[in-house]
Amino acid sequence: MNENDDVQERKVTNRIAIGFAITTVASLGLAVVYFVLGGQEQLEGSLLAVALGGLGYGFVQVAKYLLPQGPYVEERETLPSSSEDNAAFAADFERGEGWLSRRGFLVKMLGVAAGAIGLAALFPIASLGPNPDRQLFRTKWRRGSLVVDEQGEAVGVDTLSVGGALTVFPQGHVDVEDSQTILIRLSHDDVVTKPGRELWGPQGYVGYSKVCTHAGCPVGLYQQQFKKLLCPCHQSTFSVPDGAEPVFGPATRSLPQLPLMVDDEGLLRARSDYTEPVGPGFWNRGT
Amino acid sequence: MIVKRLVRWFDQRLGAARFVRTALNKVFPDHWSFMLGELALYCFVILILTGVYLTFFFTPGTKEVVYHGSYAPLRGVSMSQAYESVLRISFDVRAGLVMRQIHHWAALIFVGAIIAHLMRIFFTGAFRRPRELNWMIGVTLLVLAIANGFTGYSLPDDQLSGTGLRIAYSVVISVPVVGVWTAFLIFGGEFPGNEVLTRFFVIHILIVPVAIAVLLGAHLAILVRQKHTQFQGRARKERNVVGARLWPTFTAKTIGLFFFVFAACAALGGLAQINPVWIWGPFQPAAVSAGSQPDWYVGWLEGSLRLFPAWEIRAFGHEIPNPFFSGVLLPGITFMLLYAWPFLEGRFTKENREEHHLLDRPRDRPVRTAIGVAALAFYAVLFVAGGNDVLASRFSVSVNLITNILRVALFVIPTVAGVMTYRLCKELAARSPTPGEPEPPPGGELVVRTEEGGYVDVEEPARTP
Repeated sequence: MNENDDVQERKVTNRIAIGFAITTVASLGLAVVYFVLGGQEQLEGSLLAVALGGLGYGFVQVAKYLLPQGPYVEERETLPSSSEDNAAFAADFERGEGWLSRRGFLVKMLGVAAGAIGLAALFPIASLGPNPDRQLFRTKWRRGSLVVDEQGEAVGVDTLSVGGALTVFPQGHVDVEDSQTILIRLSHDDVVTKPGRELWGPQGYVGYSKVCTHAGCPVGLYQQQFKKLLCPCHQSTFSVPDGAEPVFGPATRSLPQLPLMVDDEGLLRARSDYTEPVGPGFWNRGT
Repeated sequence: MIVKRLVRWFDQRLGAARFVRTALNKVFPDHWSFMLGELALYCFVILILTGVYLTFFFTPGTKEVVYHGSYAPLRGVSMSQAYESVLRISFDVRAGLVMRQIHHWAALIFVGAIIAHLMRIFFTGAFRRPRELNWMIGVTLLVLAIANGFTGYSLPDDQLSGTGLRIAYSVVISVPVVGVWTAFLIFGGEFPGNEVLTRFFVIHILIVPVAIAVLLGAHLAILVRQKHTQFQGRARKERNVVGARLWPTFTAKTIGLFFFVFAACAALGGLAQINPVWIWGPFQPAAVSAGSQPDWYVGWLEGSLRLFPAWEIRAFGHEIPNPFFSGVLLPGITFMLLYAWPFLEGRFTKENREEHHLLDRPRDRPVRTAIGVAALAFYAVLFVAGGNDVLASRFSVSVNLITNILRVALFVIPTVAGVMTYRLCKELAARSPTPGEPEPPPGGELVVRTEEGGYVDVEEPARTP
């Protein structure tokens, strides 16, 4: 080793020592932050980064300047086994395999038994959730359900001015996901959005399921100027006066409309549940 | 002295000296792109370390409680136990927030490192025989990493994560025949279900991490057995590996890398805010806001849901709803193609008849490189589409316009990118010979006609390196 190498090595050693010293100091700093200051996430993160960085620097310097660099050459061995090894393996395997193939009947019985117990082991999976049955076809809305807002207050004919919109639920079921309904007042007169819905929009009020028919996000943005409902998740857009038919985005179906009526006290009530399943599509929705 | 006695004690019981010596001498070829996999490995270690700490405080409960902690704006608000415990970690547990943020950042980098590693393997042909098995394990690790990212993202039960779960539920029920049943089994009933948080918690902290650890072990064991690939170069042959030894040089280098990765995650976790759930608020089923974006590695699926046109199949009273195509079929085909790639390529190139330990330069494989770049461009457009509403408000144009442009771009940009890549590869390959291959013999290649009308051979001018 000549003198130059000596100087070089001393320099590197100093650098590494500084790196490790920085780690030690930063770790002490972490102790101060944690115990004296009672924690402070910017300082914690920074000091931890400095402490770890000091270590990392030291190790990389060691690897780069103080350790043998090679290059070393390692020969590859052949991966596939030799034909003798394969033959010996096959012969050893035959011991059991031959025994098995002479007892085909037992093997078949074992296969059936294994299948049966495997199937039985799957039964408990059914406990994970209830039978879907007709749950996706119903909501909590019933004939005569009182329309209430998110605070549970009843909604009357005077609650919204024309152009207003409000998220409503059936009384007693506030925040139930599949029953959320967006109530919009389009005018002062009764509104018919589609043939057959002559009585559904009393005094300009229309109610649509707020669950998007695409992927189920709440269709929360009402663009009053264009009378459109926009889903903020995937931008499906529904035209409110036309029965909430989709006019843009990935949704393929209209938002189901809730049949509404006004009772003797001037409060809004549902005429019935939705007449079709709300929310995104599924295999047997049409049945 | 003590070390010597310790080593002897173990060797007398295990007889491991020879095996360990072979391991210590294992040779690692040196190239910067070989550290991408290590990067992913170390992110996983950081995730375990910070994740274990977080489990000591997190409650995966859906029971409603009223918040009384130290974050004033939410005091008195009713929320799930899960959300409340995340607020506690963030504001009332000393060092809790920095741990949570390091965990989140490490998760983002983890998936990024895996994808970068996958790209390195793909573009250099490192997946060819005999490494098809490890390629498939690697793709599985990517799927698991994304799954664990999504389940972890769902746990805080904030407004954003609830929206993500809502969309995931809708995608599951869109699966023909078994979709609704499957969704009810996962969520414990109709959305939101009472069980999903506790189940995702078990999946997130036990099932998937254990699966990742086991497959990671297999991934590394196969790597050791098959030895590393290496780029072509002097003395580097199909039959050898040239580089630094595991002990001590590579060990020191890789420990250094681990500390640097951890340092970067710590700096990000301390200084760069990530997922401030206290701003999103607790999950309410009837609320959502524009600008709801998932973590980056789910962005391509979000974009797929947004770009897919309003098509679905309805017949005989049954239907295959729209999200099935964009949310199930597209990722399904994506990962099927990834799994199948080594075999697909082998079928066309017939290269899988022998082993390959020397790596390709991407330019020498223009078709593969072009396909890879086109695929990346495709997913990049989908990723951008996942933020179409953000783009629309940034550039003050209608989201409909952006969406329609991106629908076209989804097919145009990958095509252009693929063709350009192909041309570029050809060009680059023509300019530089493959390293390690002998230079073309000088002379006899270039024929020049002289002024007098005769022909002479001239030697090629010397190449400047």
